[in-house]
Amino acid sequence: MATKNKKLSLKDKYQYLTRDMAWEPSYQKKEDIFPYERFEGIKITDWDKWEDPFRLTMDAYWKYQAEKEKKLYAIFDAFAQNNGHQNISDARYVNALKLFLTGVSPLEYGAFQGYAKVGRHFSGAGARVACQMQSIDELRHVQTQIHAMSHYNKHFNGLHDFAHMHDRVWFLSVPKSFFDDARSAGPFEFLTAISFSFEYVLTNLLFVPFMSGAAYNGDMATVTFGFSAQSDEARHMTLGLEVIKFMLEQHEDNVPIVQHWIDKWFWRGYRLLSLVSMMMDYMLPNKVMSWKDAWEVYYEQNGGALFKDLERYGIRPPKYQDEANKGKHHISHQLWSTFYQYSQATNFHTWIPSEAEMNWLSEQYPDTFDKYYRPRFEHWQKQQEKGERFYNNTLPQLCQVCQVPTLFTEPDDPTQLSHRSLVHDGERYHFCSDGCCDIFKHEPEKYIQAWLPVHQIYQGNCEGADVETVVAKYYHINIGQDNFEYLGSPDHRRWQAIKGNKPLGAGDSKDAA
Amino acid sequence: MSQLAFIVFQDNDNARYLVEAIAEDNPHAEVQHHPAMIRIQAEQRLVINRHTVEEKIGREWDVQEMLLDVISIGGNVDEDDDHFILEWKN
Repeated sequence: MATKNKKLSLKDKYQYLTRDMAWEPSYQKKEDIFPYERFEGIKITDWDKWEDPFRLTMDAYWKYQAEKEKKLYAIFDAFAQNNGHQNISDARYVNALKLFLTGVSPLEYGAFQGYAKVGRHFSGAGARVACQMQSIDELRHVQTQIHAMSHYNKHFNGLHDFAHMHDRVWFLSVPKSFFDDARSAGPFEFLTAISFSFEYVLTNLLFVPFMSGAAYNGDMATVTFGFSAQSDEARHMTLGLEVIKFMLEQHEDNVPIVQHWIDKWFWRGYRLLSLVSMMMDYMLPNKVMSWKDAWEVYYEQNGGALFKDLERYGIRPPKYQDEANKGKHHISHQLWSTFYQYSQATNFHTWIPSEAEMNWLSEQYPDTFDKYYRPRFEHWQKQQEKGERFYNNTLPQLCQVCQVPTLFTEPDDPTQLSHRSLVHDGERYHFCSDGCCDIFKHEPEKYIQAWLPVHQIYQGNCEGADVETVVAKYYHINIGQDNFEYLGSPDHRRWQAIKGNKPLGAGDSKDAA
Repeated sequence: MSQLAFIVFQDNDNARYLVEAIAEDNPHAEVQHHPAMIRIQAEQRLVINRHTVEEKIGREWDVQEMLLDVISIGGNVDEDDDHFILEWKN
């Protein structure tokens, strides 16, 4: 029998293959099956109102994802076969990848687990399908990132034990605690934190201008995984915006709860992304865009349009947005200065920017760089030239919430360190800002449990009582290989050999695995 | 205040036709070229029409194929078989 194969419209296909595949439970109570759906106070009256504008069904999902993977792995192969690492702008660039692999890639894995969990705990079929797809996407992201960087691991130091480091190294507790905080929240807060505040509002700053920068520095493998991951992100961002609109449309009581989460997670995300500010301004030898410009385009302009759109629901921009906007002139410099001082305890190298780079920073930051930051770098440079490269041997005080050392300055006075503290239950806790202090006040029971790396070292929980032992034994950082100044490091010498400037010395070679 | 909808594509062979189609259908849009990527922004609204893309690319084109080349978007999404729209509504 010949029947014409009539194609379903996108809308019908989505309806049949997602919503109509769900069923109402008959022998268990819904509340027992979905026990986490109510405790946060979010009221959902009709899950069918959930919109998924991409209307992606499983068959289309696999088709497009398979296509992306084929393209991506062809490029990884070509990159490795042609020794693509030899064509990057400068080996200093690889240090950004070391930070990426230890700081960002494990978050992709955390996101995979997080979406798998909340996908299980929503009773609405549309939300479940969207979370399931995102969960699989995130797993793909961590895998492709590890594959891309495995090539660099054959030729450069500091990439050998990223998962172990992520769980232990002092500055990596910043990204790790961010995701742990989100994953230990309820399902609606998790989506507000990760899908909305992180994916929609903030991750453009990492995956768009930074990846464009990777391309500009000759790193074909990274730009390709970055943009391949980001092609999934368009869906994730849409989920982020839809989940916010859905919660706000379902019940007016949801508005203050959602507003509080937006305030909290904007600030948490902003602090986390300070790491990216430093990657863009200091770790890309070929500059593509300053952190300040990226912030203006991707937060001030895009976030402005977004929050204007959400006004109709009674949502205002995040509480500490103005502080963040002021910080765009400062945070990358303050953070790089800190990492410069603590390179003895990092899996990547730091350096003083070259004269040309400092001039670029002066141009990009006319109001702040020459006035506040250039003199500091020039002072350190003189010390370094005298053979007294500065390392700070005092462990820094960490913020109880974001876990960044309290290195940032007051929003209106770049000569004053910003520091807040309060007493809770007889103990004093310290914070980097009003934003983080507010977050603590609202949920002290959660944040008093923070695993703060400096406290843990002093308490004797990190396999040693001095920095050297902790770095070597507990962090698995190879001393003299992975850490300290870039100039004269094994990576630097290897790069000079690659470029034909200097033969490899004894002990410089890193055999291909 | 200005509200810009935007879309960013990888700078590859497919996307160049998409960008051509978008520029034709959105005369108010601004096309920006960055390393490895093309960013298009427009006040309030941006539309991709399947018909225009098919004309440019010279074959049948499924709106969901844009998922292969897109990097980022800004605006509320409205997609069906014939178009993909990004729009700020307020």
